[in-house]
Amino acid sequence: MTYKPEELAADSKSVFGFFTYLMTDLVLFAALFATYAVLHSGVFGGPESEQIFNAPFALLETVILLASSFSCGMSLLAARRGSSRGVLTSLALTFILGGTFVVLELSEFARLAANGAGPGVSAFLSSYFTLVGTHGLHVAIGLVWMAALCVSIYARGLTRGNMRKLALLSLFWHFLDIIWIFIFTIVYLAGIIL
Amino acid sequence: MTLSHFIFGNLSFAALPENAIAWGGALVVVGGVLVVLALITFFNAWGWIWRDWLTSLDPKRIGIMYILVSVVMFVRGLFDVGLMRVQQATSVGDAHGILTATHFQEIFSAHGSIMIFFVAMGFMFGIVNLVLPLQIGARDVAFPFLNSASFWLFSAGAALINLSLIVGDFSTAGWLSYPPLSELAYSPTSGVDYWIWSLQIAGIGSLLSGVNFLATIVKMRARGMSYMKMPMFAWTVFGAMVLVVFAFPVLTVTLALLSLDRTLGMHFFTAAGGGNMMMYVNLIWAWGHPEVYILILPAFGIFSEVVATFSGKKLAGYVSMVYAIWAIVFLSWLVWLHHFFTMGAGADVNAFFGIMTAVIAIPTGVKIFNWLFTMYRGRIRFTSPMLWFMGFVVLFTLGGVAGVVLSEPVADYQLHNSLFLVAHFHTMIVSGVLFGYFAGITYWFPKVTGFHLDERWGIRAFWLWLVGFILAFGPLYILGFMGATRRLDHYDPSLGWQWLFIVAAVGAFLIMLGFLSQIIQLVVSIRDRKLNPDTTGDPWYGRTLEWSMRSPAPEYNFAVLPEVTERDEFWEMKKAALPRTAPAYEDIEVPRNSGAGILIGAFATVIGFGIIWHIWWLLVVGLVGVAACIIMRTFDEDTERVIPAAEVARIENMKTI
Amino acid sequence: MNIPVLDPQGPVALLELHVMIITVVLCAIVVVPVFFLLFYFAWRYRAGSPRASALHLPDWDHDNLAAEFSWWLVPTIIIVVLAIIAWQSTHALDPYKPLAADVPPMEIDVVALDWKWLFIYPAQGIASINKVEFPAGTPVHFYLTADAPMNSFWIPALAGQIMVMPGMTTQLNVMADHPGTYAGMSANISGEGFSGMSFTADSVSEDDFDAWVSSTKAGANPLDQNSYAALAAPSSYLPVAYYGTVEQSLFDSILMKYMSASSSMEGMDMGMHMP
Repeated sequence: MTYKPEELAADSKSVFGFFTYLMTDLVLFAALFATYAVLHSGVFGGPESEQIFNAPFALLETVILLASSFSCGMSLLAARRGSSRGVLTSLALTFILGGTFVVLELSEFARLAANGAGPGVSAFLSSYFTLVGTHGLHVAIGLVWMAALCVSIYARGLTRGNMRKLALLSLFWHFLDIIWIFIFTIVYLAGIIL
Repeated sequence: MTLSHFIFGNLSFAALPENAIAWGGALVVVGGVLVVLALITFFNAWGWIWRDWLTSLDPKRIGIMYILVSVVMFVRGLFDVGLMRVQQATSVGDAHGILTATHFQEIFSAHGSIMIFFVAMGFMFGIVNLVLPLQIGARDVAFPFLNSASFWLFSAGAALINLSLIVGDFSTAGWLSYPPLSELAYSPTSGVDYWIWSLQIAGIGSLLSGVNFLATIVKMRARGMSYMKMPMFAWTVFGAMVLVVFAFPVLTVTLALLSLDRTLGMHFFTAAGGGNMMMYVNLIWAWGHPEVYILILPAFGIFSEVVATFSGKKLAGYVSMVYAIWAIVFLSWLVWLHHFFTMGAGADVNAFFGIMTAVIAIPTGVKIFNWLFTMYRGRIRFTSPMLWFMGFVVLFTLGGVAGVVLSEPVADYQLHNSLFLVAHFHTMIVSGVLFGYFAGITYWFPKVTGFHLDERWGIRAFWLWLVGFILAFGPLYILGFMGATRRLDHYDPSLGWQWLFIVAAVGAFLIMLGFLSQIIQLVVSIRDRKLNPDTTGDPWYGRTLEWSMRSPAPEYNFAVLPEVTERDEFWEMKKAALPRTAPAYEDIEVPRNSGAGILIGAFATVIGFGIIWHIWWLLVVGLVGVAACIIMRTFDEDTERVIPAAEVARIENMKTI
Repeated sequence: MNIPVLDPQGPVALLELHVMIITVVLCAIVVVPVFFLLFYFAWRYRAGSPRASALHLPDWDHDNLAAEFSWWLVPTIIIVVLAIIAWQSTHALDPYKPLAADVPPMEIDVVALDWKWLFIYPAQGIASINKVEFPAGTPVHFYLTADAPMNSFWIPALAGQIMVMPGMTTQLNVMADHPGTYAGMSANISGEGFSGMSFTADSVSEDDFDAWVSSTKAGANPLDQNSYAALAAPSSYLPVAYYGTVEQSLFDSILMKYMSASSSMEGMDMGMHMP
């Protein structure tokens, strides 16, 4: 496909702008990580990390999210091939995996809250729920975006605008994956092992 | 939960104002809104307001709206000043002034919040919107719709903080609401929640503007305009926007965490529960210190333009100035702890941050010397922008000395939170940020409107502000040394403070007359606009690209996008004195209007109000509304319209007003 | 006019004032030329002056490297000096660092309440409200906590302030050179009654101090959990009051309130201060 210069310029502007926004999101998560680091010892006599974190469960969530990143990558390959069907299939798979991730996370939150380890119990739990929950919220928003984009691709095909939005969405999705790797390491692994 | 509790949350008649002054505030807000609505209806101007202003994606329109909102909020902020100064001049010994302690505390908290978030930030984004695209040879900002949404989020925040006058109360914990005072245990009313959500919503608007203007500078400079050929104002905006994108997410997090403590019973900053109130102080100042540089850098940029133009000379030390900006940007991340040396971090930590704070004075001093040497062997015209600059140098230098004193931790141990501190930061913000923005508004006014601001009233305003400021804050420096801490609503006569507070009240009154002069200036200028037109587009004999088209600048800014070969390109163009041949005009694409921005703002206000009053169904309505507006906008493919070449030609050849 | 920060009555405030003065003097090296140049250039190069019209259209470039260099260098040198002063003075005047004196230090525990100051004298076993008394020439080691929001303990005539927070202790070392009465206050807003939280610091002779301790003890008025609970209820502008006996570990129990949900204190080492 050949593109007009102003279209390329518009794409490069959008990608730059979105990437800048992602960097602000990175700062946001950094502040949440810093808060977690300072407050994770503030258990106020209540449950501590190794008492409440479940390693296999966290690993399952990780695998699901990584798989969803893979299927998101597949959607970009399909887009490059010009196959809107391929894109929709890959995005649907990504959506299911991402949705499963969110459901699993919510179920873990519910289990903890029911067992006296809710966010209002101590500073440690407040910072855990908020850090992990903010990531989950971003994933959920990504799912809404994904659904809307699928509707647009279904209705209009792989237009220039849809291609651009797909590129931005996949940037967002991979970014959330990276944040999760940090969460898995700093919150779950360190919390269970150290 | 009863049905009425579900519908109304925590709202009740008890939320209405409690005393005469508070009722006065509420009635002014309600009355003001009604008067504006009535006037628009009377003049049958709804169509015009909606089409030309509220839904416009033209940054020149958005910029004017930012400034108008800031002016309105400035009225409230100055009124707060009047109340505070009267209270502190009269509440001595057996007398307790005109305000209760609680009301006084709400007022100083509102004063600081309004002045920083809704006056200074509003002026800054307004001026950047008006000037930045023109200066870099672009037609618009990078993301015009995002620009509109940002403005309406800013306005939503302003709406919320004004709603707090009508229903509910405001925070009594100062403009930064330190916990545990701001936690539910010590502040059980709606006040702190109003503070949180008006700042949070406006803050998101600011963050998005930061992304927008950053992308504009990086991606939309005119062809040939390398970074080192950009005007100095554009450089300062660049530095400020880098600070915005790094700092504002921290504010978002901090406000969110405090809100989670208050609304969902979490324990980030509570005294018990394992919370750490010192974490809040660190986080809020990790945002707060860059914030003051976000405000001052564009003001420095304005002074660079003003001094160069009115000295008739190019800016001295351009490269040095650029390095100074980035030194300031970098260093502003290494000084935040100087806001709480007295919190007991230990000598090593305090000394480090004190040294870093002193270091940041170096690039600032460099800038002042470069401005002075721009004047050297120039031909200086003392227009009111130049007067604002001179007032700035005098006051800012002295306030800077106070700052260097405070940067020494052991000096700060005495002066922290005293009126010396209050005088210092007001000196920096008023003489630096405000004088700079006043100069900028006067300087670029003709380009935006096609006529000049009345110079006589501008000069009167300057002298009233200058003398008023010295009288209002000089005594505060002395009071700090006399052991007067800030935020007192009452004190003992034996301390000997009262006469200084009286002088300060006189100074504050002069400042208000200065502001009044500026309002009169605006009215008179509009009335006399045909007598003071800008007929050439270059009323000051300027140096940069924004002066290269007619005034007021047309919607598309440049009929033909410029190609740049030099710094101060316009000055070089004039020197070369190329004959102005009519260029070949082409069709120009500009953004269509969009109502989604104002709708997002309205739904954001609903979100804030819903959370503040625990009206959860309203919160859902707000969230769904914002999401729907965004999604609908993304589905909109028809977002541009074309101005045909013939229309461009017609506009370019029009006589000025 | 009483200007305590400029008229220090103790060694800490005196040294803090010295740092302020040195800083201002060093800054003058930059400030005086700035003022001079501003007005001199404004006058000499004003558009109306004969000199200005004699110049060609000022379109020239004389980026003077020497001038640039000097105005980066001179402020840098000043800042280096200030940095050395900052490092040295911040360590010397660390509020937690005990003061050098011939006499052993005296300990006073401080509790910031809504909205008054409680002073507990662990060695003497007495307490006072809104007045602290100690012998002149004796270093006083304050240990501070709050049963209230964040406060700041400030006696400007004697020393800089230190923040006071619930659930933790801070420290301040202070000494008065000679007998006198000095104003004190909270320098951090803590709620409605904040302005009614002023206190006085009385430094007195050794004999007067001993006499005051004896008469306070004789006056009974115990400070125990019950009377403390009544005291801690919000109140402001309280007159000075005294307690003849103080319950042991009252200060620690105030501190511990914020540490854990459980009420048991056994085996818990929170690094708290034990008298």
